[in-house]
Amino acid sequence: MRIVQRLVALALLAPAVVLAAGHFVPDPAPIDNHDVASLQRGARNFVSYCLSCHSAQYMRYNRLMDLGLTEQQIKDNFLPADAKVGDPMTVAMRPKDAMQWFGAQPPDLSVIARSRGADWLYTYLRTYYRDDSRPTGWNNLAFPSVGMPHVLWQLQGEQELEVPKEAAEGEHHGAHAGPKLVLVQPGTLTPKQYDAFVADLVNYLVFMGEPARTHRVQIGILTLIFLGVLLVVAYLLKKEYWKDVH
Amino acid sequence: MSKIAALTQWIDDRFPLTSNWKAHLSEYYAPKNFNFWYYFGSLAMLVLVIQIVSGIFLTMHYKPDAARAFGSVEYIMRDVPWGWLVRYIHSTGASMFFIVVYLHMMRALLYGSFRKPRELIWIFGMLIYLCLMAEAFFGYLLPWGQMSYWGAQVIVNLFSAVPFVGEDLSVWIRGDYVVSDATLNRFFAFHVIAVPLVLLGLVAAHIIALHEVGSNNPDGIEIKKKKDPKTGIPLDGIAFHPYYTVKDIVGVVVFLMVFTIIVFFMPEVGGYFLEENNFIQAYPLKTPPHIAPVWYFTPYYAMLRAVPALFGSQFAGVVVMGAGVLVFFLLPWLDFGKVKSIRYRGPKYKVALALFVVSFVILAWLGMQPTDFLGKFPGSTVEMATVLARVFTIVYFAFFVLMPWYTSHDKEKPEPERVTG
Repeated sequence: MRIVQRLVALALLAPAVVLAAGHFVPDPAPIDNHDVASLQRGARNFVSYCLSCHSAQYMRYNRLMDLGLTEQQIKDNFLPADAKVGDPMTVAMRPKDAMQWFGAQPPDLSVIARSRGADWLYTYLRTYYRDDSRPTGWNNLAFPSVGMPHVLWQLQGEQELEVPKEAAEGEHHGAHAGPKLVLVQPGTLTPKQYDAFVADLVNYLVFMGEPARTHRVQIGILTLIFLGVLLVVAYLLKKEYWKDVH
Repeated sequence: MSKIAALTQWIDDRFPLTSNWKAHLSEYYAPKNFNFWYYFGSLAMLVLVIQIVSGIFLTMHYKPDAARAFGSVEYIMRDVPWGWLVRYIHSTGASMFFIVVYLHMMRALLYGSFRKPRELIWIFGMLIYLCLMAEAFFGYLLPWGQMSYWGAQVIVNLFSAVPFVGEDLSVWIRGDYVVSDATLNRFFAFHVIAVPLVLLGLVAAHIIALHEVGSNNPDGIEIKKKKDPKTGIPLDGIAFHPYYTVKDIVGVVVFLMVFTIIVFFMPEVGGYFLEENNFIQAYPLKTPPHIAPVWYFTPYYAMLRAVPALFGSQFAGVVVMGAGVLVFFLLPWLDFGKVKSIRYRGPKYKVALALFVVSFVILAWLGMQPTDFLGKFPGSTVEMATVLARVFTIVYFAFFVLMPWYTSHDKEKPEPERVTG
């Protein structure tokens, strides 16, 4: 009985926590799944920056051929020394070590774009800020109290949270007076370049979440054309038979 | 005698092929005035076939193992040739099954298809609906995502609200103290064989009963009352084959176009058919912030949440939720109207039905949201969404409870002698 109560209470109360966490609206991700160059850059960014800690265990390296890369290119630029081209993207980091270093195992990113959505990821990777109260020294607007440190800080630079004036005075602040981040220490990329870097990465994550996506849209159009023709035939057949029903 | 005729004769001597063909197709006379609402029976059958065929192919690659289930679904999505298509067909089919069945049931409410002499058709149909809910519930655990896991956890825990035996009952259902590998294995067994077997039997019974009494129609009158004296064929009846087979094919193609648009262009349907949280592997130690069942269960979920706890037990809510489904069974005996079709019903039934449909839709919508999404009444702790859910739960039940009264005191119009096109 207690479990039911707790579960029902959770089901009823938990959403309140989520809503209370702020009227957070992610920025729309400027991505295009037909932009092969962007997807290739994203794959490179992913393999060099994410794949050291995060696995993508359902994604095989040779699936990158969908992005116009040849097997040789994948072998030369993406594969770890001991891996084969048909291997999935796993990591060498042991789960036990990960727990010790980060307090949690970094999640597998194969389908992260399907659970989080492109906009959230695009915003998340751009809203890290300095927060000395956190063990890593970093916090995030999209993911408060995030466990992951800002891996891309050398590219983006360091941001700080600018506390809105009204909030500082303890006054009620509206939805548009949200928190603002200011760049206090520039990185190796300009803010514009950094946004483009993240967009490429997110574009790739979306592709990796569902490699069949581009393909399926094309097949869908062909299927619809076929059914359209079939509809005409079926309708004429019906009309012909029903002529003698009065 | 031609070779085909000889073969047919050979079979007919051993198996009632021709007589069955005639009884159920070429000499089954259906009213000639079927409208849009009459497509959904044949479409439900189509979706059943789609689900069985796509399900067979999924079973070839899926692993009913807590450690491998989630990965095997991704394996189907990526490495199995056309696996993504089969999986999307199956996930879309699940929701489309409910859309089609809800519209099919709506047709019965509009034209009184549940009324005498079709009570058993209705009861078989309701049993099919129950099976479908069980099938959807068991199947939803199989991808082993967070929503699969916690949805199953919440629903199985409802059984523990049963007084005295509840805790034991829920452990017996799960095969463990929490949803686990044992639960996944038995749900798989139920999903792929037990429930489908019952479902197929019930569908057969549903159709046999229908063909025994004959189809209703949008005028709600019995075409068998006016027969051609010479042939004995109803004057307003036409042979199911070829007339309705060719007509239903048009409906099938239109339906498949809608199906195609979903499968190929929007398989998640904005998180309604495939929920975002279900792309996170089940993790028993972390409850997702907002657990909501898939859309087709949300009217009942809203009822469950609307009922306040009684003596610290959610059992009352569970009873109300169960009653919300089971009350449909009583419909043939609650309706005292003299006419069947909405065309000749009085204003009271029309208003009652409209309110019922509105309450069903609003409950479905409320069931998808967190209960605090509308906020609280100013100066109180009462959540507006909870109050709304209570109001519409009452409206929902009022449709059934008050039916004997409003159907027997309604200003109905006279039925026509013959169907009106």
